[in-house]
Amino acid sequence: MYSPPFSPLARVCCGRVNRGLAILGDTLFMGTIDGHLIAIDAKNGKPIWDVALSKPELGYSLTMAPLIVKDKVIMGPAGGEYGIRGFIAAFDAKTGREAWRFNTVPAPGDPGHETWPASSNAWEHGGGSIWVTGSYDPELNLMYFGTGNPGPDWNADPRPGDNLYTDSVVALNPDTGRLAWHYQFTPHDEFDYDSTQVPVLADLAWQGRTRKVMLWANRNGFWYVLDRSNGQFLQGKPFVRVNWAEGIDEKGKPKRVLNASPEGTLVYPNNQGATNWYSPSYSPRTGLFYIPSWMDTYSTYTKGPVEYKEGNQYVGRFPTMTVPALRTGPGAINTRTPQEGWGAIQAFDPKTAELKWQFKMTDVTDSGVLTTASDLVFAGGREGHFFALDARTGAQLWTGSVGGQVSAGPMSYAVAGRQYVAIAAGSALFVYALRQ
Amino acid sequence: MTMRRLTTCSLLYGASVLLAASAVLAQEHGYTPADIENGSRLYQSSCAGCHGPTGDMVPGIDLMRGQFRRGSTDTEIIRIIQTGIPGTTMPPSSFSDTQAGTIVAYLRSLAPASGRAGAGGDVPRSDIVKGKALFDGKADCAACHRVNGNGPRVAPDLSDIGAIRQAKELHEKLLDPNALVRPGNLFLEAVTKNGETITGRVLNQDTFSIQLLDSHERLRSLSRSALRDYRFVKSSPMPSYRDKLSAEEMNDLVAYLVSLKGLRP
Ligand code: HEC
Ligand code: HEC
Repeated sequence: MYSPPFSPLARVCCGRVNRGLAILGDTLFMGTIDGHLIAIDAKNGKPIWDVALSKPELGYSLTMAPLIVKDKVIMGPAGGEYGIRGFIAAFDAKTGREAWRFNTVPAPGDPGHETWPASSNAWEHGGGSIWVTGSYDPELNLMYFGTGNPGPDWNADPRPGDNLYTDSVVALNPDTGRLAWHYQFTPHDEFDYDSTQVPVLADLAWQGRTRKVMLWANRNGFWYVLDRSNGQFLQGKPFVRVNWAEGIDEKGKPKRVLNASPEGTLVYPNNQGATNWYSPSYSPRTGLFYIPSWMDTYSTYTKGPVEYKEGNQYVGRFPTMTVPALRTGPGAINTRTPQEGWGAIQAFDPKTAELKWQFKMTDVTDSGVLTTASDLVFAGGREGHFFALDARTGAQLWTGSVGGQVSAGPMSYAVAGRQYVAIAAGSALFVYALRQ
Repeated sequence: MTMRRLTTCSLLYGASVLLAASAVLAQEHGYTPADIENGSRLYQSSCAGCHGPTGDMVPGIDLMRGQFRRGSTDTEIIRIIQTGIPGTTMPPSSFSDTQAGTIVAYLRSLAPASGRAGAGGDVPRSDIVKGKALFDGKADCAACHRVNGNGPRVAPDLSDIGAIRQAKELHEKLLDPNALVRPGNLFLEAVTKNGETITGRVLNQDTFSIQLLDSHERLRSLSRSALRDYRFVKSSPMPSYRDKLSAEEMNDLVAYLVSLKGLRP
């Protein structure tokens, strides 16, 4: 057992989260909540190297699982609620030496900086956190990361402009850190619509030819098909009730119709978004894209004063919402009407944008979905159930009680020819297999 | 694979179990009505002693106006609640960011711009003792409501209603019960496939079942698959007291309700 020391200076908006480890050969890699990236010998648990990426007292923390590409460990900080300036950095797996760093908020003179005010240093606290591990395409030699909200979250007055590269996907060359392309889902965000989702890479027959696409269900309520070789916008459709934008134009820009206001603006979907970090899934067998969705949720955004002070939250006024961000303790009771939000797993056909089926849940869900080659969809939710659905119809085939909230993604693996499905629920790990 | 043949084995999930996909907590932002209620309870128990139930008892300070002298952002007010104000009688507290945040959310929810009934203003002179007599007697609220461990459970327990509702809201509730029924107090009408109709207060629900407290105070757990139909009842089972009580009686009753700040038993 290895337990890294922990700085009491660390500041985390949303709990002491760790989304996992990475492994390369016999070395494990782990980010810590106080901003260290640590290499650990997988055989004996001894640390090999330890680098501090950033200052914990300024709100930088590492919550994502590192991504390994070739001989590099890729990492980026969370902390968009503390006025950080986000980045993605690569470290040599052997030595921990930093190889390159890509800033998610460009400095004066760099491309993209024109989307920030020239007259202030708003960009220095512009957010663009990296909460969730990206995806890598070895053929294109590109990796894709979603970026978090701009800072401050709920009062955009200090940062007129689109605020690149927040709420975006950036495609980077893993050898150099150079930006190949970017696409911004929510320009000038005021609703905390981090693009902290897992980029799903698929090869689709698209209008007569096979295209390397990226499927992305975003917190802002739209799901997207992008060409992942060049970032071209192919399609963007709402998958829940959305009122902040009236669709997406041909160029891929949302047609924005609402802003936060001093009196409060009621916005669908709510602050936790239409979906979030929970993994969606694509099955090449069914050709469907499966999205864990928060249906009919809304928040009221009231523009409040905001001022940057080192180490303090830099957010503006917290919005109100009907659904708790996290279901714990007394919140485990759900007496809400459907008008105040419910959950679903939705299956969309990317080619036609058609909703194929919808599995309704009474509460919203923080569970990832897993599809299998036997055409099953595994998922859980806040209600303590873990279940399997027919991937083609959404019909419920099996349900198990796991006695606690599922906020993880199911995983499947095989040992000695036997397939297992594992899920973490509450503070227990459940593993299922077919009876032999 | 047929799903009936799945077997389970559950392991305890210790610190050494590595689970790449496990995201225990996520971004936790924003306040629900339940948070604001909790903030209200914390305020009434920890702050009202000095600042008064309507936030204006410390001279020169009004906490429920939405504006503060010593800070403007939520973060600043949270810090003040945690650290106190040195050199004054405003004490530090051990509230977490989240707890202090709910107090701020509560104070903000009462600001004039929020549209919610303000806390300040005139609460007319009235009599708590007379109010209690009405509650138990003539108005017969006790026929449905429970207070401090006495009374039925078919309607919400009112033991701490004064800590979570404003006088103005309570007045409105008595005049027009249908105007605002909070989610936690909703009734549901379910019709089973056998044709039985069950109405009760919703205690909990999930994808597969609903738990109700029916009119005989029986806990019913209904499987959704056994139901033909179910719907939330939008109207309140509570009668209006518009023409049943005089203005003075109404004020006494509200004064009594406002005085109920105890924790639920
Ligand atoms: C022992 C009495 C006392 C208690 C208990 C108390 N306060 Fe205070 N509080 C004061 C006094 C006195 C001041 C004014 C200090 C000054 O500025 O002179 C004050 C000031 C404040 C201010 C600053 C107001 C402004 O306009 O800047 C806030 C906010 C505040 N209190 C919130 C709270 C909250 C919330 C609680 C409960 C958690 C609380 N107080 C508990 C006495 C108290
Ligand atoms: C016939 C039963 C019944 C009677 C009599 C009754 N109530 Fe109610 N009351 C309810 C029910 C059921 C609810 C929950 C649904 C709702 O909010 O309307 C409720 C809700 C309330 C609420 C709102 C609680 C909250 O948390 O928002 C208040 C306050 C209240 N009653 C006070 C009274 C008072 C005071 C009286 C007597 C003057 C009274 N009630 C008489 C059934 C009753």
